[in-house]
Amino acid sequence: MSPKTLYDKIWDAHVAHEAEDGTCLLYIDRHLVHEVTSPQAFEGLRMSGRKVHAPEKTIAVPDHNVPTTLDRAKGIDNEESRIQVEALDKNAKEFGVHYYPVSDVRQGIVHIVGPEQGWTLPGMTVVCGDSHTATHGAFGALAHGIGTSEVEHVLATQTLIQKKSKNMKVEITGKLKPGVTAKDITLAVIGETGTAGGTGYVIEYTGEAIRDLSMEGRMTVCNMAIEGGARAGLIAPDETTFEYVKGRPHAPKGAQFEQALDYWKTLFTDEGAHFDKVVTLKGEDIQPVVTWGTSPEDVLPITGVVPHPEDFTGGKVEAARRSIEYMGLTPGQKLTDIEIDTVFIGSCTNGRIEDLRAVAEVVKGKKIKDGMRAMIVPGSGLVRAQAEEEGLAEIFQESGFEWRLAGCSMCLAMNPDQLSEGERCAATSNRNFEGRQGYKGRTHLVSPAMAAAAALTGKLTDIRELS
Amino acid sequence: MDKFTTLTGVAAPMPLVNIDTDMIIPKVFLKSIARTGFGKNLFDEMRYNRDGTEIEDFVLNKPQYRNAEILIAGDNFGCGSSREHAPWAIADFGIKCVVSTSFADIFFNNCFKNGILPIVLPQEQVDLLMSDAEKGENARMTVDLEAQEITTSDGEVIKFDVDAHRKHCLLEGLDDIGQTMQKKAAIDAFEAKASAERPWV
Repeated sequence: MSPKTLYDKIWDAHVAHEAEDGTCLLYIDRHLVHEVTSPQAFEGLRMSGRKVHAPEKTIAVPDHNVPTTLDRAKGIDNEESRIQVEALDKNAKEFGVHYYPVSDVRQGIVHIVGPEQGWTLPGMTVVCGDSHTATHGAFGALAHGIGTSEVEHVLATQTLIQKKSKNMKVEITGKLKPGVTAKDITLAVIGETGTAGGTGYVIEYTGEAIRDLSMEGRMTVCNMAIEGGARAGLIAPDETTFEYVKGRPHAPKGAQFEQALDYWKTLFTDEGAHFDKVVTLKGEDIQPVVTWGTSPEDVLPITGVVPHPEDFTGGKVEAARRSIEYMGLTPGQKLTDIEIDTVFIGSCTNGRIEDLRAVAEVVKGKKIKDGMRAMIVPGSGLVRAQAEEEGLAEIFQESGFEWRLAGCSMCLAMNPDQLSEGERCAATSNRNFEGRQGYKGRTHLVSPAMAAAAALTGKLTDIRELS
Repeated sequence: MDKFTTLTGVAAPMPLVNIDTDMIIPKVFLKSIARTGFGKNLFDEMRYNRDGTEIEDFVLNKPQYRNAEILIAGDNFGCGSSREHAPWAIADFGIKCVVSTSFADIFFNNCFKNGILPIVLPQEQVDLLMSDAEKGENARMTVDLEAQEITTSDGEVIKFDVDAHRKHCLLEGLDDIGQTMQKKAAIDAFEAKASAERPWV
């Protein structure tokens, strides 16, 4: 038998039907659903008299529109947002899928809730009508975002019509230097490959620096595979993974756990398996990074300066000119001279407990800069509860941060958490697109520790220089 | 789904690279629970001032491109979120074909589910079509899916590739779910086998 990549193995284990031209029906083990991309899909089922094929494998949670202020039990002010969340309530009940409503302590960002509850397990196929589904790849699950038509297709048939992607290996060798995190790895990779570098590929992240990461860190890396153009990112499961999964509410128990473990241990890329593309970065070369522009590929080490559009070639010259103007920056300006109005800590990229611990370590006993608007939005109600139990919430509040309830919040600003025109934000989220965090808002993507440092100094700050 | 066979129309040039789905349809318009009505907000922040007036020099506001049915776009079109609202907005505006050097995977898939034909061509051919599109409303191109050909206003013919299955579905306007349900026996058999092998799933 020819050697297989991890992606090949998971793919092969899920092909329910293959047509002569290679078009496959890929069986889906877990379907995660949120309120923004599902109402039209449920409506489609209703209009055609179809049922959800496997409601026991379908998990719904509202996250994009939900308010994160402490008074949210009073309901959602914005009528359209309220209607969307109500539609999910109704659809979840009517079609009988698992559901975590806003009032449930387990509610949170769909990509944080799935792993937390043990829905996401190694070797599974996981989809959701959200591009950051790539997050679940951290468990060695084939996970990717789909459109609403595909949401309806999965609801109705528990399969997706797919053709196989190509294999790409991203290896991060050696050890990371102090101050460098999973977020810096994933941004540095996108800086290297560009936002279209992964188009048509599934990425497997390997190497010592990846193996050394916690599950939280691995989720951060895989989360942004989509920002590099890849539909899915994967990391082979190992003891770190098994340890994280064990005992979660929906993980297998007892003898069944042992049976699963035997299978999970076969989920790795065989020696000599073929990759269509290989990218290698040295862990020790990666520095704390920040984005300067309006594409996640606009990445530079924090020690750098804003580039000149002429530094680029082709269509990127005009894109860089437009970005620099939109961001209100000057070519040649030191990145550490950029002043910040707002700090946003949260999202499916960096809203987990380890991220909050990293922030607490930086801000403990210190105050955020006068006039700074700084908020921490935990990724789930359980992350929030744990942070409170560990005393992190107290540290945040004493430093001057707002301590919010769980949701997507200012990552995409569908709820009231938004930037105003020209407001500049250091954010731990995943997209710095024009208008992403609010109309004409300006976003610099950073790690949680770097966001915390910026909150203290009022500028983009090299975490290694912070005394 | 509407069939896509042959399309003759005006092509609008948008040479900017990395046009993301937040640009195509900003998130404030994702709150609808309907599939229709997004066309008026296509490229909203590039197309309108904050007071709702049109930004004159945005391509789709120019008189010659207001009825464009084809878009010639810069590299990596449709990157970012999975929102199908992006192709819904494009289709609702009246654009049925987008040409670029590359598309983001999820957006590319979503197009086919909505009767939109995304065409990938090499840089030189996209450049040629971009120049042709810049001529304005007199430059009507023809896209023939059956023949897999684009004919420029000058009569130049460019061949393009398209996946055979997707081509068939577009030509016939086929509904994916209906087709998959015909394979129910295969899905049931897979489920039985998988639940024996991996009962914890």
